[in-house]
Amino acid sequence: MFGYALRRVLTAIPIVLITITVCFFILRLAPGGPFDGERALPPDQLKNLRAYYHLDEPLIMQFFGYIGGVLRGDFGPSMVMKDFNVSRLIGIGLPFTLTLGFSAFIVGTIGGMIAGAVAAVNQNKWPDYLLVAIVLVGIIIPNFLMANLVQLFFGVYLKWLPVGGYQPGSLIHLVLPVFILALPHGGRVARLVRGSMIEVLGTNYVRTARSKGLGTRLILARHALKPALLPVVSYLGPGLSYLLTGSLVVEQVFSLPGIGKYFITAALNRDYGLVLGTTILYVFIILALNLLVDILYAWLDPKVRYR
Amino acid sequence: MAGITGKDAALTAYANALAAEAPKGRSLTQDALRRLFNNKAALVSIFVLIAIVLFALIGPYFLPWAYDKIDWAGIRKPPDWAKGHYFGTDQNGRDMLARTLQGTQMSLLVAAVATFVSVAIGILYGAIAGYFGGKVDAIMMRFVDIMYALPYILFVIILVVIFGRSPVLLFVGIGCLEWLTMARIVRGQTLSIKQREFIEAAKAGGAGPFTIIFRHIVPNLTGPVVIYATLTIPEIIITESFLSYLGLGVQEPQTSLGTLISFGAPVAESLPWMLFTPAAILVVTLLCLSYLGDGLRDALDPKDR
Amino acid sequence: MKITQVLKAVTTAGALALMMSSAALAVTLNLGNGGEPGSLDPHKVSGDWENRIVSEYLEGLVTEDAQAKAVAGQAESWTISDDGLVYTFKIRGDAVWSDAVPVTAQNWVDAFQRLFDPKTASEYAYLQYPIKNSSKIAAGEITDFSQLGVKAVDDKTLEITLEAATPFFLDALTHYTAFPIRKDIIEKFGDQWTQPENIVGNGPYKIVEWVPGSYLRGVKSDSYYGKDTLKIDEIRWDNTEDLTAALNRYRAGELDILTDFPADQYKFLQDNYPGQAHVAPFLGIYYYVLNQEKPPLDNINIRKALSISVLRDVIGPDVLGTGELPAYGWVPPGTGNYEGTPYAPDWAEMPYDQRVEEAKKLMAEAGYSPEKPLKLQLRYNTNENHQRIAVAISDMWKQIGVEVELFNAETAVHYDALRAGDYNVGRAGWLLDYDDPSNTLDLLKTGTKGSDGTINWGNNYGRYSDAKFDELMTAASSELDLVKRAGQMHEAEKIAMDAFAAIPIYWYVSKNVVSPKVTGFEDNAKDIHRVRWMTKSE
Repeated sequence: MFGYALRRVLTAIPIVLITITVCFFILRLAPGGPFDGERALPPDQLKNLRAYYHLDEPLIMQFFGYIGGVLRGDFGPSMVMKDFNVSRLIGIGLPFTLTLGFSAFIVGTIGGMIAGAVAAVNQNKWPDYLLVAIVLVGIIIPNFLMANLVQLFFGVYLKWLPVGGYQPGSLIHLVLPVFILALPHGGRVARLVRGSMIEVLGTNYVRTARSKGLGTRLILARHALKPALLPVVSYLGPGLSYLLTGSLVVEQVFSLPGIGKYFITAALNRDYGLVLGTTILYVFIILALNLLVDILYAWLDPKVRYR
Repeated sequence: MAGITGKDAALTAYANALAAEAPKGRSLTQDALRRLFNNKAALVSIFVLIAIVLFALIGPYFLPWAYDKIDWAGIRKPPDWAKGHYFGTDQNGRDMLARTLQGTQMSLLVAAVATFVSVAIGILYGAIAGYFGGKVDAIMMRFVDIMYALPYILFVIILVVIFGRSPVLLFVGIGCLEWLTMARIVRGQTLSIKQREFIEAAKAGGAGPFTIIFRHIVPNLTGPVVIYATLTIPEIIITESFLSYLGLGVQEPQTSLGTLISFGAPVAESLPWMLFTPAAILVVTLLCLSYLGDGLRDALDPKDR
Repeated sequence: MKITQVLKAVTTAGALALMMSSAALAVTLNLGNGGEPGSLDPHKVSGDWENRIVSEYLEGLVTEDAQAKAVAGQAESWTISDDGLVYTFKIRGDAVWSDAVPVTAQNWVDAFQRLFDPKTASEYAYLQYPIKNSSKIAAGEITDFSQLGVKAVDDKTLEITLEAATPFFLDALTHYTAFPIRKDIIEKFGDQWTQPENIVGNGPYKIVEWVPGSYLRGVKSDSYYGKDTLKIDEIRWDNTEDLTAALNRYRAGELDILTDFPADQYKFLQDNYPGQAHVAPFLGIYYYVLNQEKPPLDNINIRKALSISVLRDVIGPDVLGTGELPAYGWVPPGTGNYEGTPYAPDWAEMPYDQRVEEAKKLMAEAGYSPEKPLKLQLRYNTNENHQRIAVAISDMWKQIGVEVELFNAETAVHYDALRAGDYNVGRAGWLLDYDDPSNTLDLLKTGTKGSDGTINWGNNYGRYSDAKFDELMTAASSELDLVKRAGQMHEAEKIAMDAFAAIPIYWYVSKNVVSPKVTGFEDNAKDIHRVRWMTKSE
């Protein structure tokens, strides 16, 4: 297993390198630059700014300079957030994005599993129909719309929860963002659990267990849960990457300090350093999480051979 | 943006079943159709979807207002039957119903083209990997694994930012990043089909690899493609609405459901009709597609009944 | 032992309770700032949301009062020489930096030298170009910084010499480009000097926390000379960019002031939160630039047809809903140093039908008609309001035989295209940096030839060029008689507008939402509202 993990880690290195290369050059093809604001800069100042950020050097030199920096852990300056360098911004945003993402992941996964199991046990009865409908609506409604609706409902009308903003250490400010982020994720998990649980409940050994007079709850816990979880686990990898990108919207709407928000602002403002930095980070996190999920999967299902 | 309905799992199961019965694939499909038509939710969904598509395509010809026509006397007005604004007007005095229908057309078109692109790439890629096998297969599928791990929405954003806003690019860009699942399924399918007698026979008859792929393997993929398309279309519609929210949607005066909703969401309270029409169509369309997808999955995967 | 522990616990609890009660008494202003500050360095910032922060922790020689008029700031008094060239400022004796170091004239000498240093590459340095030799230093033609017209006579006396008499110079000194800096701090911390742990200021508030992506926090500075008059103890600048989310937060009581709101919600706000939405005239112009370098818009008749067929009266009240006033000239009404009747073309009074007929005739003469339309691309940067205006105007142009292709892009792409001349019609806007007509009229001056032979058109995206216009503007720039100067600029404005150098559409308005709890927020034409003049009651 260790050898397998090591091999996976080693193959990740070229992936990250390729991503950096492709993004670096593609970004430079984009029209508009980081200094194309509402007002024109005098040419002399533009020249000074470009020199300051080494944008006047040949592209290939800039590229190797950048790679060299990344290897030393330096992601370069941010051209829009001028008082910060990219490493520092990531240092501030990453813990937050991860907290948000993992909270939503846990809430969504657990909530989804419960909803899915309840629906499966009550297959084709009203709790099933109700849950399936709720889950679908949660998946389907775009999260920016859902965010606006819950802000209005829970924040403005009922005044139960803060509408947005960030207070260090305040959990209540995270309730709505986590809910919005967890909703589609939980919905997908619920559908998967429902599907596989129905399948497992129909298998012979569960039927046997039931005919022996075991209670539903016991059957669920003892026989149905583990096999029903397999498809869920295989979904978690892509699910996590979806959560991270979902944070793009949530951080924007709730004005939370996270790297998703930096990415969007940076991409729209051509802040080359920050776009690259956040992209590399996303790729890295997702690769790492996928590896974790694969190992978990192998542990759950011994039939899976390490490739 | 992995499956709304966990399409990986559904498709893999179906593909296995299909592979096991490859020579009799036709009867399996017939079986599946019979089962599908017995599923009420799926059947209703099909009719509703057809109705929506027809309405979106034909409806505009019966409306008093065109989607880009400004009614200068009716800017931001609630529904007004006398004037023919059955669902109100937007901030430019354009008819919301006409715009919603145009938006539905656009969203469906985006989704259809993107799905088509991803299916085409997926089939070609998967079939080649599966047919040639060995090293080629190993390298090609490793690449797919890698692509799976990439935050694809980031690349869509970067692509749209760079190459501008033409809808065609949007379709192709999304399609280019959505083909992975299809490639995996097709590869598995090809691997099992290529050992069958009729392939051997075709080979003996001197057919080249691409002839075999297109004449014998691709036709056997109808089932997975149908499920895949049903499950992919909603995802693309949602992705498109996300891009619209970021201001990266289609160019005015064209519109899409996502664009309309992103303009309607902020005025949900003050101009609710601007949100209601597009949101209703979006929710109904996606609900139907989900029910249809579920129905297809159940129908095509016989052990799950 | 035990007793001491208990005592300790009690005192800690007491201290905590005290701290909490004083925290409860502290008045915090939650300001919806609407943007993410990229920097707090006065020489690197450019947005109004950054101005709102920088101008609270730093203060210039002169500052703005609640009406945004220039009043004494760090300088207690000043004298101006008779020729208007030499300004001598007396700096307050009690002006102190937040680390207790006295404010000296040298701080301004350092600041201006840094501002014009080509290495600083300050975007807004040009605002202080009236200062002697400044533009030459910024262009790298003079490398000896001591030739700059800013001198410290003694610790508390600063002398600024100008190139030419400039009536708006005091107003320009309220701008953040004229704020003092601490050279020692910048040298010590480098790029990191604006981080809360390093930052030093001389303004009423001190930056204590900065969470990029979310908010900044400033507290009352103990060293500020006017600290006793400050009614707000703490400011929280919130960066929420999503206008709808910000409005929701305001409605829930989380924000006290919004510096912008969605135009669509104006009526809703008036109905449900009467008196809280402030819409006031704002010195700025919203316009369309016309690319006059290439056909077809090099034809003045086509430009005229396009301009007169725009029905400006519906844009503000109906399309936007916030009632912006129609613009026909180039200088916003109410701009200072601009005596005389505002420019008003004769066609503005014509009924719209007649204007359309006239426009049709002009288009027909140029060979275009609704059957054989002129195809134009209209570019705008992505924004709901810009989009609506573009849609409305393209419909107005349809009837005179113009087929418009709308094209929106992010700000960077949009302005890149305008600068490159890669467009037909483009959306642009200008908010006045200082209260003087030359600030907008300079937008239409012919570009200057650079050292490499290329012409730098600056913000004159349409590349309008008229020798007489340039001549009048040059004459006005050194004219001391304000009445005569205003006359020259009126004449220049008329020349450019009669040539349809661009299509003015409306005069900007400022859009704020202010909670009834806040007093001291006065609407003004510069949309500058310093927190030091405000109070907030619970």
